[in-house]
Amino acid sequence: MEAVFRCFLDAIRAAQLVALVTVIDGPRQGAKLVVWPGGKSEGSLGDPTLDENAVRTTLLQIERLQPAQALIETAGETAMVFIDVQPPPPKLIVVGAVHMAIPLITFARTLGYHTTVIDPRSAFATSERFGHADRLCIGWPTETLRAIAIDEATSIVVVTHDEKIDDPALVFACRSPARYIGALGSRRTHAARTVRLRALGLADAEIARIRAPIGLPIGARRPEEIAVSIIAEIIAVANLASAEESAQ
Amino acid sequence: MRELLPVLDRWLDEHKQVAVATLVKTYGSAPVPPGAKMAISSTGEMVGSVSGGCVEGAVVQEALAAMRTHKPKLVEYGISDELAISVGLACGGRIAVYVEPL
Repeated sequence: MEAVFRCFLDAIRAAQLVALVTVIDGPRQGAKLVVWPGGKSEGSLGDPTLDENAVRTTLLQIERLQPAQALIETAGETAMVFIDVQPPPPKLIVVGAVHMAIPLITFARTLGYHTTVIDPRSAFATSERFGHADRLCIGWPTETLRAIAIDEATSIVVVTHDEKIDDPALVFACRSPARYIGALGSRRTHAARTVRLRALGLADAEIARIRAPIGLPIGARRPEEIAVSIIAEIIAVANLASAEESAQ
Repeated sequence: MRELLPVLDRWLDEHKQVAVATLVKTYGSAPVPPGAKMAISSTGEMVGSVSGGCVEGAVVQEALAAMRTHKPKLVEYGISDELAISVGLACGGRIAVYVEPL
């Protein structure tokens, strides 16, 4: 395997945001350049000006998190390239090692999410139940959440149904840059929770970030169905956010 | 790419040759977005998808040829392709796939 391609795979393994530029047609077909945010690069398309222009175009695609076919031009030539943008995996954090979280983690893994389950109750948070999660943390949510880098591509699902655990997790989540925050419970449960969260110091605008009742309305009853409705809502939020960004 | 890595690593450990096919362009309706990937081993195994099942069989053949010649290739598939009956896209779209031996 070529060193440049190996370098690209290593960056993906290290969960870095990275792009691979490959000339896909013409005399330079197969030439490669790996590009990181900020403009650092490795490899070459075979011409310094071509590399420079390719990095510039690639940085735009990295910003959009969108792969693209593009023509890179210099005074002397035009190269058709494919810019393969590989974002780090989005994260799903589930607070509550409840039964419904088992299929939720399964679906999230299938969709490429890095998954974490948090629950202080060691009877629930067992490796028999959550061996398929990337991380299983037995602990209180606030301290555990603090140790995770929560970014705009993070979804947080709070589902213990125990306010001692759920409320502090939601306070933390609502002040984080997380893209999706969902909490299990009926409208009535959520109304009571809203009063408690206000008392804990959350502003109404922060509380409004919580999706409750959680999940898309698909009439879900069984735990597996509830998991589908939650993961569907997470997908909707992620895709509609990126659609809005690219429309701007 | 990430989801293909475990299988890719296994093939390389088994000293198999590997090719990667990337969907680089879609025209009209297409079932998967550009950037979709599949990997093919020199023994004909495959993982991943570039079209939702329509052209994968043909891509495997291209990949095996690319591994023999050690040359990448840009291939187009679509309804107007002469192979339309065997590997055309049911959705009526057209796609370009870049196939490359690693």
